[in-house]
Amino acid sequence: MMNLGPHAAFIVTAYVAAIAIVAALVAWIVFDRRHLSRMLDAFEAQGISRRSERANEETL
Amino acid sequence: MTLIDLANPSRFSALTDRLLPWLSSATLLAFAFGISQAYLAPDDYQQGATVKIMFIHVPAAWLGIFAWILMSAAALGTLVWRHPLADVAAKAAAPIGAAFTLMCLVTGSLWGRPMWGTYWVWDARLTSVLVLFLMYLGVIALWRTIDDPTRAARAAAVLTLVGAINIPIIKFSVDWWNTLHQPASVLRLGGSTIHPTILVPLIVMLVAFTLLFLTLHLAAMRNEIMRRRVRTMMMMRADAPAGP
Repeated sequence: MMNLGPHAAFIVTAYVAAIAIVAALVAWIVFDRRHLSRMLDAFEAQGISRRSERANEETL
Repeated sequence: MTLIDLANPSRFSALTDRLLPWLSSATLLAFAFGISQAYLAPDDYQQGATVKIMFIHVPAAWLGIFAWILMSAAALGTLVWRHPLADVAAKAAAPIGAAFTLMCLVTGSLWGRPMWGTYWVWDARLTSVLVLFLMYLGVIALWRTIDDPTRAARAAAVLTLVGAINIPIIKFSVDWWNTLHQPASVLRLGGSTIHPTILVPLIVMLVAFTLLFLTLHLAAMRNEIMRRRVRTMMMMRADAPAGP
C-alpha cells in the first residue's frame, strides 16, 4: 500500500475531485448526445427533415 | 479529404464518429501509463507526497489556458471568416475549459493548505486564474442568453478576444509580481528545474490530459452540431402550415 504521509487526506481529496469533474464532463456529453438523438429521431418520425437530407433522398 | 471538406459540419461529424473511438482508446492508454508513472514517482524532498497533486494540477492549469487560446483562435474564425464550425468549436470548448480551470483551482487549494498553510491567497497567479474561471462562466452565460447562435457567436467571440488579455497575465504573473506561487518550472528558457523522476510522469500526464481534452472537445462539437440541427427542425416545424 502506498504511504502518502501526513497529508494523505489532501492528496486523496484532490484526486477524487479531479475524477468527479472529469466524470461530470463525460456524463454531460453522453446524456446530451442521447437527448439530442432522441429529439432528432422524433422529428424524423414526424416527417420533418432538413433540405440537404430531402435533396439526398430525391437524388436516390 | 482536404481541409475545406472538414468545414462542412456533416463531414466533420462523420470524421468525428470515426476518430473518437481511437482517440478515447489513446486517452485511456495514456492515463493508464501516466497514473502508473505518477504512482511510482518518488516523494519530493520538500513537498513530500503532496507532489502527486502536481500530476493533476499542472495539466488542469495547462488545459484551462489552452482551451481559452483555442476559443480565441475560433473567435477569429467567427469574426473574420464567419465560419459556423468556428462558432461550434468555441461554444463546445467553454464548459470543458471551465471544468479544467475549476480542477486547477480546487487541486491547487488542496496542495496549498499543507504547503503554504492556507487554501487561498489573493496573489497575482491565483487571482488571475480565478478571473479566467469567471470569464469562462461569463462566456457560457452569454451563449445561453442569446437565442440566435450566429449573434451569440459574435458576442461571445468579442468577449473571448477581450478575455485573451488575461492569458499572458496568468503566464507572467509570477515574474511580474512577488507571488506566493512558485515561478515557472516546466516551460522556461533555461530548461525545466524539475528532476526527471518527477518531470517524466508529469509530461506523460500532460499528454494524457491533452488527449482527454481533445476527445471531450470533439464529442461536444458533434453534440453542438446536432443541437443546431434540432433547432433548424424546430423552426421548420413552427413554419410548417397547420393541417386541415
